[in-house]
Amino acid sequence: MRYSDSFFASKFGIAERDLEGWLSEALSRGGDYADLYFEYLATTSISIDESIVKSATQGVSMGVGVRVLAGERTGYAYSDDLSPERIRHAARVAACIAEGPSKTIKEGFLGGERRELYPVLSPPADLPLEERVSLVRRADEAARAYDPRVFMVQAVYADTMKHVLVATSDGRINFDRQPMARLNVLVLAREGENPPQRGYSGGGGRVGFEFFLNEKTPEYFARESARQAIVQLNAVDAPAGELTVVLAPGWPGVLLHEAVGHGLEADFNRKGTSAYSNRVGERVASSLVTVVDDGTMHSRRGSLNMDDEGNLTHRNVLIENGILRGYLQDRLSGAIMGATPTGNGRRESYQHVPMPRMTNTFMLAGESDPEEIVRSVKNGLYCATFGGGQVDITSGNFVFDATESYLIEDGKLTRPVRGATLIGNGPEAMQRVTMVGNDLALDEGIGICGKDGQSVPVGVGIPTVRLDGITVGGTAR
Amino acid sequence: MNWHEGPHLERLAECVVALAREAGATDSECTISEGSEFSATVRMGEVEQVKEAGSRGAGVRVLFGQRTGSSYTSDLSGDGLRAMVSQAVGLARITTEDPFAGLPDAADFGTIDHGLDLYHGDVEALDAASKVEMARLAEKAALMLDPRVSNSEGGSFGSYLGASAFANSRGFLGSYRASNCSLSVVPVVKDGGAMERDYWYSTARSASGLEPPELVGRKAAERALRRLNARSLSTRKAPVIFEPRVARSLLSHVFELLHGDSIYRRASIWAGKLGEQVAGSEVTIIDDSTLPGLFGSTPFDDEGLASRRNVLIDRGVLKSYLLNTYTARKLGLRSTGSASRGLTGNAGIGHGNLYLASGALKPEELLRRMGTGLYVTELMGHGFNAVTGDYSRGAAGLWIENGEIAYPVSKVTIAGNLKEMLNQVAAIGDDLEFRGSVAAPTVAIGEMTISGQ
Repeated sequence: MRYSDSFFASKFGIAERDLEGWLSEALSRGGDYADLYFEYLATTSISIDESIVKSATQGVSMGVGVRVLAGERTGYAYSDDLSPERIRHAARVAACIAEGPSKTIKEGFLGGERRELYPVLSPPADLPLEERVSLVRRADEAARAYDPRVFMVQAVYADTMKHVLVATSDGRINFDRQPMARLNVLVLAREGENPPQRGYSGGGGRVGFEFFLNEKTPEYFARESARQAIVQLNAVDAPAGELTVVLAPGWPGVLLHEAVGHGLEADFNRKGTSAYSNRVGERVASSLVTVVDDGTMHSRRGSLNMDDEGNLTHRNVLIENGILRGYLQDRLSGAIMGATPTGNGRRESYQHVPMPRMTNTFMLAGESDPEEIVRSVKNGLYCATFGGGQVDITSGNFVFDATESYLIEDGKLTRPVRGATLIGNGPEAMQRVTMVGNDLALDEGIGICGKDGQSVPVGVGIPTVRLDGITVGGTAR
Repeated sequence: MNWHEGPHLERLAECVVALAREAGATDSECTISEGSEFSATVRMGEVEQVKEAGSRGAGVRVLFGQRTGSSYTSDLSGDGLRAMVSQAVGLARITTEDPFAGLPDAADFGTIDHGLDLYHGDVEALDAASKVEMARLAEKAALMLDPRVSNSEGGSFGSYLGASAFANSRGFLGSYRASNCSLSVVPVVKDGGAMERDYWYSTARSASGLEPPELVGRKAAERALRRLNARSLSTRKAPVIFEPRVARSLLSHVFELLHGDSIYRRASIWAGKLGEQVAGSEVTIIDDSTLPGLFGSTPFDDEGLASRRNVLIDRGVLKSYLLNTYTARKLGLRSTGSASRGLTGNAGIGHGNLYLASGALKPEELLRRMGTGLYVTELMGHGFNAVTGDYSRGAAGLWIENGEIAYPVSKVTIAGNLKEMLNQVAAIGDDLEFRGSVAAPTVAIGEMTISGQ
């Protein structure tokens, strides 16, 4: 597709010479580089609660962010008004970060390589609203039908379509259309006078509506959510102390996101504030561990044809057989560290400055049979589902919340235990990986990663993994 | 941007309500807001980032009988607002009749007239260079304190000016503006191989209300330094004291427990417990959105009810939930004026200035009385379940022996059930201060399970 046929050219009449003019304005006081990030975002959200469709919301937001880089300095301004005067004003404000004679920008733009990682067949926005309502109704019915002890069901369907355009002072112009859809189901179940228990499930990705009809149906997520709540009805107190932990495949990959991923983002490493700073080439994990961040996977939540600085995303090996290979770069950190861009410059919206972020982060499969891994543990904890996690990248300490887990006694899963926080240290925990399963799975597409107040969608994945010694924060001795 | 546009925003909001009426809506409500932000970060003495911009948005919710639809836009032109209204009208067709949906009765509308002191011109008047200088001085104070403060994630100054208007079809119309600013520092300290970071911050509605940069920087560095060479603990039961910065999180959990949605869904351990003793007699928790100059204060809630002071827990007895009009109708109670929403959608529930009332003892006295136990200065993770009360979070802090600091602790968890934790509150400090809309003094809890090596 040519630029002239792209969304912002055709809908807002923004011509290449307009973009050149605003970029020149941005470099009018000097600086090394400037870019413009245009964003148009249309959202729809429908929720059901008590079997009543209580809420349906749609909206549109749009704007442009102007960034100027001068050495290690960043100047940033944005406008939610796409009129030429307001964009020029934003460019002038961002320009103030530099102090010097104006720079001339490269004339004429070159479009980069284009990819189509998420060719959406039926953009949800093109469908009648009733069809989307039917998804939450089906989820509600399926969760209630799963078990009479289910007494409360909430389901939310949300889809977004984001159009973006990146134009840079070094003459690059790139644009993308980024769909996202997601269905979540929250369930409460109760037995007798005991306290209720909750279950939560959901998924989606950069997918069309057919995903929820053919691949992962509302019934699939509803049953999974109800199953979790029912299991918890019989849960016993979680153990306290250091234990051998076995992680189930899939979403428990959030462990890698916290224990490894954030610490490898280049901004922290450039500044020397990460537990992984200056450690490329060193052993930072057991030799069984290979961790990859891959923004190029088809239709996945963390995938992008291009990052939010207009660079192609890549499959980046972060840790290879336990050895640290590299960091997740954005333009600023890459330029300062002399590294090539890895396609990890991301931002929440046009109101935000890009920074190094993860895409889809996972551990490659090993050779162990998952059942063998469980059988090998005399006394431990099997973590099937997690809530979220958090990390202090400087000390390397991280936590994650195990929401569905089971005691392992004599190599068998026995009783379910109540939710508990697990805590460890990234580099230490990765050295304690002693078995890696052959069953790599990616999550269902629910991840939201927060950093410096900016949220972006991400994916995680992991095979069944045995970790020897991690602190489990229960109450039972 | 012109900062005296309250009347202009009100006119736009009224105009949206009129458009909804023309489109046949039985009722409607509209929020319009605008804001401008500034932030600057200085790292290792050099300006790292400066950001400055403004934005606006409008949202509408329409009712056709008891069906609702909502929409929002960042395009405040006539066409943009008309498109927003027609989108909301279209959405109301696909929702279901909800017998409890609807606006408040007009008789309940109100607004606080006395000065809430939410806007200070000195924030707008402060020039960019002065803001950058404050960030620089704060970071410098951290870096100068001790040679082990060898690195930093920077000193930052941020400010925000905002105005919003709210109108509904039953005659409520109101608007207000607010300012705030903040100063923070994140130093990184190193001793041998160990590296730690911490932060400190000050925030106020006026620039003159901020703590001096030197104080913010020094405090941040002291906090980071005292974490160096932390140890884990063996797994044990021990008394725990939360310092104010982390004690606030207990109030956030209490908010979840009192949230009207959780109450009518029976998703809170406190559902159906009005009038019962749910916490130790030391515990009094208040939500007050009428305190001048504070961050949780507003003249009216997001449905047009006057802000008020709600006593939620009085000496351990549960006195009130936090309710909007919808949840109040579900429960057969009255709204507590706690409606909250972004630009659009059905009103949710929020809090004003939510705080745990001060006790009589100095924090040092609480440590002395505890004797031996964990003084928690940081919590990690989200390990609280309002449905069961189960509590399990990552923690770091200081191990206390004989009332004195023995050594720093990290990589442990603390666990229990919030029900028991609140019943075992042994003592509360006299050091309540607001650094946000949720505040708590130092809190001493009885024994919790500390899990470590």
